[in-house]
Amino acid sequence: MSLQITNLHATLENGTEILKGVTLEIPAGEIHAIMGPNGSGKSTLSKVIAGHEAYIPTAGSITLDGQDISEMSIDARSRAGIFLAFQYPNEVPGVSNANFIRAALQARLPKGEEIDAVAYYKHLYAQMDLLEMDRKFTARAVNEGFSGGEKKRNEILQMIMLDPKYCILDETDSGLDIDALKIVAKGVNAMRSANRGMLLITHYQRLLDYIKPDHVHVMAEGRIVKSGGPELALELEEKGYDFLKEPALA
Amino acid sequence: MFTEDTATALLDEETHEAINIDRTKGDFTFPERNKFDAGWGLSSATVDYICDVKQDPDWVREFRHKALAVFESKPTPTNWATEDLNNIDFSKIRFYLSDGEKPKRSWADVPADVLETFERLGIPQQERAFLAGVEAQFDSEAAYSNVKEELTKQGVIFVTSAEGLKEHEEIFRPWFGKVIPTGDNKYSALNSAVFSGGSFIYIPKGVKLKQPLQAYFRINSESFGQFERTLIIADEGSEVMYMEGCTAPKFETATLHSAVVELVALKGAKIQYVTVQNWSSNVFNLVTKRGLAMEDAEVRWIDCNIGSRLTMKYPGVIMKGERARGEVISIALANTGQHQDTGAKMIHAANNTTSNVVSKSISVGKGRSTYRGQVHIPKHLKGCKNNTECDALLINSNSRTDTYPAITVKGNRHATQHEASVSQVSEEMLFYMQQRGLNEGQAMSLAVNGFINDLVREFPMEYSVELKRLIDLEMEGSVG
Repeated sequence: MSLQITNLHATLENGTEILKGVTLEIPAGEIHAIMGPNGSGKSTLSKVIAGHEAYIPTAGSITLDGQDISEMSIDARSRAGIFLAFQYPNEVPGVSNANFIRAALQARLPKGEEIDAVAYYKHLYAQMDLLEMDRKFTARAVNEGFSGGEKKRNEILQMIMLDPKYCILDETDSGLDIDALKIVAKGVNAMRSANRGMLLITHYQRLLDYIKPDHVHVMAEGRIVKSGGPELALELEEKGYDFLKEPALA
Repeated sequence: MFTEDTATALLDEETHEAINIDRTKGDFTFPERNKFDAGWGLSSATVDYICDVKQDPDWVREFRHKALAVFESKPTPTNWATEDLNNIDFSKIRFYLSDGEKPKRSWADVPADVLETFERLGIPQQERAFLAGVEAQFDSEAAYSNVKEELTKQGVIFVTSAEGLKEHEEIFRPWFGKVIPTGDNKYSALNSAVFSGGSFIYIPKGVKLKQPLQAYFRINSESFGQFERTLIIADEGSEVMYMEGCTAPKFETATLHSAVVELVALKGAKIQYVTVQNWSSNVFNLVTKRGLAMEDAEVRWIDCNIGSRLTMKYPGVIMKGERARGEVISIALANTGQHQDTGAKMIHAANNTTSNVVSKSISVGKGRSTYRGQVHIPKHLKGCKNNTECDALLINSNSRTDTYPAITVKGNRHATQHEASVSQVSEEMLFYMQQRGLNEGQAMSLAVNGFINDLVREFPMEYSVELKRLIDLEMEGSVG
């Protein structure tokens, strides 16, 4: 059981290659972190896995527990178990958070089956309590007028509610103060499970103080250039990304 | 806090079933068995035929003939409106069709095919569930018209326009054609010449209806024109909500619907007029609607336009008494092949009058939405307020939207406010929603429902559920 990315290449419509052969396996039960400088292709990787149509996969494969998902639509990948916590979550004006999450859950049910509203709210409130979110939040429109921290917490709430097999968190720590970061980490840690794989994309080591990864990868120029244990993140923090530029000596 | 959930939860099963009307549900027709058919085209003989069949009093016959002359003298208003109006061929339309039956007071007496039509549209079910009275019009005439007995006892009149002008002339005639004069526009003149069906409603002083009255306008025949005429008079301090729905099957040829609706709210009265229009995509829908609000009275138009080839409709309120209030809340959805040309007219004619216009349009595919607004506040008045908001949502780059606001405010003792916005469902917003598991159609529906959410709340609960369903169907059908 794993999310397996093999030799993944992807270009923009203008032909610029962003991913230049990424190979990565995230087994269920593990947390992997990808670090790397800006422009290294980290965020693109997350969007290509989710199926964003601005990127054209030119080679390689993405399989989820053995099933090739690289030809699937964005929403089918989501329902198959891929969740992406966005770096910049979009606003959906006029649609309440409660209805948005409910619609997403409803989309996972067979035709004719309806979500039980009472059980749904009970479950939703329990997760909101975990993330220290105000009850008023359910009636607010998705991400509209949210602070950076509220948006990120909302991503984690959606993630918990949708209970995906594989979670990809794209720069979830950016724009968070330390208190918000701790709450977000609490939510993510609550989701750690032997049945779930997670990929944390981050620029800074700080997030990894709160969410301990099993493996750390470094990405540069569209490839994974180095992989190791949690200590690799500390090394990067200490030496900066520049030390990667001397791979011949490593 | 959870309005939508509770709205759904509060509806019992029968009500839920009763409002379960979708676009395809209206797409059926029964063979014609007309006893009376005015034939093709419009002439003085057509008008006489209608008068004879309807046994109109002389004053009505005269009114119709004058109106025909006005209609013929007025040019098609393509100087400001769409050229598509030129595609209406009046010689290929039948102006009056009926089976010669009087409107029935009981569904049991309604002919089987007509009864089946309205049952498939859910009308008798709705009546049982939440309505105070119903009129169901089939082509030119009402097949059914009934109001709850307790309302009749209170003096409420709810009959067809034909019955109104004959049986209640003393109330009907003084107001008929006064809010919307025959010559208001070419199509109000047309309606005045050939009108048939529609409702006449009178609510006596102080009577406040708790449940709505409803009319349903059904076109069954091809190449036909439906011209209902409605007059609602709310006497001092009374309150009424009137709802209308409409459908027609999808025919090969164009169908014309041209109604005139006049509302009169006397001192302190309140009229809410709710429309959920769901025409098939070959209907020309050219409707004139206006209300008169006297002192402390209120007229609200709550209007949803889905479907039709071309809709031109600008509900208006003339605020004639001090502190009168006028409001237009409208939602228009234009899909490919459709043009929703809608708006509002607010005429302030007394001090301290208040008007509010909120219009939201959605253009999908090659659909086109136009907003035309008019706000008129003359110089000699003081303390008048108008708020106008019009927002357009574009879904894909072929859509077109235009806004033509005309706000004439003279004098400096008034407050007006105008806001307009155009937005679109961006690819990134869709990606976000799809990443949560919604397919493209579901994501579009949710975005559209979000866009109009604040207005949907203004519709009666039963209709807001129906409205959401219609929008879902439109949106799901519009993506590949």
